[in-house]
Amino acid sequence: MNRRIFVKTSGLALFGTGAIPGWLARAAEGQKTRKKVLVTIFQRGAMDGLHAVVPYGDPRYKPLRPTLAITDSLNLDGFFGLHPALAPLKPIWDAKQLAIIEAVGSPDPTRSHFDAQDYMESGTPGLKATRDGWLNRALPSDAASPVRAVAVGPDLPRMLRGKQPAVALNSVREFQVRDAMAAREFESSFASSSMADLSRETFEAVRILKSLPAADSKVTYPASRLGQSLKEIARLIKADVGLEVAFADMGGWDTHVNEAPRLAQLLGEFGGALAAFWQDLGDRLDDVAVVTMSEFGRTAKENGSRGTDHGHANVMFAFGGGIQGGCIHGKWPGLAPENLHERRDLAVTTDFRTVLSPLVSSHLGNHAANVFPGFTPEPFTLFGAAASQPTNGARRE
Amino acid sequence: MSRRITISLAFLGCAFAASDPFSKKLSHNLQIAHALNRLSFGARPGDAEAVKKLGLKKWIHRQLHPGTLAENPQLEEKLASLKTINLSASEMAAAYPPPQVIKAMAEGKLALPDEPDQREHVAALVTLYKRRQNGSNEKLTPAQRKSLLLNPPPGQTVAGELVEAKLYRATYSERQLQEVLADFWFNHFNVYVDKGADRYLTTSYERDAIRPHVLGKFRDLLHATATHPAMLFYLDNWQSTIVAKGKAKGLNENYARELMELHTLGVDGGYTQQDVVEVARCFTGWTIRPASGTRGRAGLYGGEFFYNPRLHDNGEKTVLGVRIPAGGGQKDGEQVLDILVHHPSTASFLARKLATRFVADDPPAALVERMASKFRGTDGDLTKVMALMFESKEFWSEGAYQSKMKSPLELVVSAVRATGADLERPLALANLLKTMGQPLYRKQEPTGYSNNGEDWTNSASLLARMNFAVALEENKAPGVRTAKSAAVNLRAPEFQKR
Repeated sequence: MNRRIFVKTSGLALFGTGAIPGWLARAAEGQKTRKKVLVTIFQRGAMDGLHAVVPYGDPRYKPLRPTLAITDSLNLDGFFGLHPALAPLKPIWDAKQLAIIEAVGSPDPTRSHFDAQDYMESGTPGLKATRDGWLNRALPSDAASPVRAVAVGPDLPRMLRGKQPAVALNSVREFQVRDAMAAREFESSFASSSMADLSRETFEAVRILKSLPAADSKVTYPASRLGQSLKEIARLIKADVGLEVAFADMGGWDTHVNEAPRLAQLLGEFGGALAAFWQDLGDRLDDVAVVTMSEFGRTAKENGSRGTDHGHANVMFAFGGGIQGGCIHGKWPGLAPENLHERRDLAVTTDFRTVLSPLVSSHLGNHAANVFPGFTPEPFTLFGAAASQPTNGARRE
Repeated sequence: MSRRITISLAFLGCAFAASDPFSKKLSHNLQIAHALNRLSFGARPGDAEAVKKLGLKKWIHRQLHPGTLAENPQLEEKLASLKTINLSASEMAAAYPPPQVIKAMAEGKLALPDEPDQREHVAALVTLYKRRQNGSNEKLTPAQRKSLLLNPPPGQTVAGELVEAKLYRATYSERQLQEVLADFWFNHFNVYVDKGADRYLTTSYERDAIRPHVLGKFRDLLHATATHPAMLFYLDNWQSTIVAKGKAKGLNENYARELMELHTLGVDGGYTQQDVVEVARCFTGWTIRPASGTRGRAGLYGGEFFYNPRLHDNGEKTVLGVRIPAGGGQKDGEQVLDILVHHPSTASFLARKLATRFVADDPPAALVERMASKFRGTDGDLTKVMALMFESKEFWSEGAYQSKMKSPLELVVSAVRATGADLERPLALANLLKTMGQPLYRKQEPTGYSNNGEDWTNSASLLARMNFAVALEENKAPGVRTAKSAAVNLRAPEFQKR
């Protein structure tokens, strides 16, 4: 790693950018070990969590879903099973690395996609005035790499917007101004414009990514957008360019109508992409934690069109970075009418910030209290021996 | 923030008004550039002079009354090359059949189109289908083989021409404000062209439900979207029925919720989950009649609005505190539209959204309130609301000038217009817009694309914009032929703003 950084340092010198940034100098002196990385994946549109991780042991499940109930789920623990299309995740579970957090969500009751995504990305449910995203606040504030925070895609998501520089890129290959002379002209003219910060951060990142070693992955990622996004993220992680947080998203989960075939396809893409990433990173996963989320869950009962409408609690997946896998985290509230939120949706028993807090503090080493202001996480063990914590194991009826 | 400003004005008097950029009058020589930036997709060479000659006020008046403007013959010529944009959905489904219709034709449930060229092509597709599906040995004629080679798949033609027409109009139309508004209101009432039958219904949706009303009454616009099969399909209302009665299957809340959250009241407009359910009940039976002679999914592609009383929940409902008596039938939905149009939240929500597009990302509250009040006072007359905005001091202020980051569509079209370039292959430009995060007609979520300029600023987008400027200058931009260099500097940071 140190050698690679040195190569880049000399590359920077050639570009004549002057002083070597502090983070590079420290890394070059070998004072820093490999960066911890947090990868977040957003499933936009509200995934039907009851279809993805099937509570087949709950006696209410089948009657609520006369046409949608999954009867051939892959058993996890005698109560929950994975949708068959999520089979690629099963080896991660069997390796005791995949954690599943049940009945998790936001305390805010909104069923608006837009607001719920906004709250899950700002990390302040109910507060619309928050300007920055929690993943940006989760970055330690010391000098760091220009590519410490990366979102793959054409947009910079709400979650990564804020004080710390963050980069959106479609792919490392495309991330450049192709005409070198024009690049210099742009860099100088934009430096005195209202877009000066964005421009400076962008060109700093361009310089780092220009000298990235060729992708050397032996794993074949799915051609899906999420598959390709995770491939880019894995490449950045393995190149040790100082990545600390990364973001990818996947849309299409808003399944109001005939959802079974659609979800089989989406879950296949989702599971395949995560599994490829898991395989690709191998033992780098000691330093890399992955967590998935979706703005809310869907109605426990299927609607009139073999689909589901907007609901409340959902399920999250997490692995890597020492996360305790092979078990279901959280408390299962049950599907009996009196246990449902507003008698229709799976109730939230774990605040999503309770799950994210240890990722921010134990994993990234930042203060969760600054990242989720005004929020006190409930006792929750994501790392280490969660299964031995009785309050943490999924409670059944 | 704007509230704070109001308070400081009240306490400290006019001396401090100058600190509010929306109170600072835009200097006279910038006004034409500002108007062209906001009411059009950007100035072409010669536009500023033409507006000056005509008079700015008169130019705005004409833009607000596009019927008074002769259309650009160059645009009409480009549009004439597109075969599908004037067809009804059912004509389109017959002439450019989607796989479901091909299947129905192969099974003899549907006739081939009459027009000889189309007939040849469709017959070829049917033959191919039969060979694939039931191992038939039927051979393609040479003419059929040639037709398959020369023409893209039918669905691709339909969605492709929709995109081409949009880019042609944005680039060439003299009725620029109408095009800006067609983009704005389509995005407000967004549908997603890649969702099943919407591949075929979106052309008619924009042409028949959106475009005729962008400077008309909001109630008409809302009604046109509520009854268009593209919307009924996109937000699933065509499937929403009274619970368990014969073939009826039950409610689907999707349209009811987005109707209030995104189309009228706004998310904080004061409705509850119970209102969502009640509104959904009112719209049960608002469905799609399949194209004549077809059954099942295939028919949806050429479908029409249809009220089916057997699927309607005729019980009593209460929407936003208003009792809707039992037995109202189709009138239930109409009454909901009336309640929503006249609700105070709707006027404020729409006024703010328009001001965000045309004035500033965070528009002054006083202007929004005046526009909302005009909306309420004129029964939602959109021309009058727009006229008020274009006469407001806030619109002609330093706070508004160059304050908006262009969306990818605005950036790309304004650059093409600035160079006077010829749009040869619009689909190549559309592809570029996709990599910039704005694939046309392909925003999957009902929210539409962000109206807030700041949401378009990020490093990937900045680099793509820079690369595009260089390519356009060097006549290397995809699908565009640049004859001469632009009068403005496409590489300047200011060009990213409008």
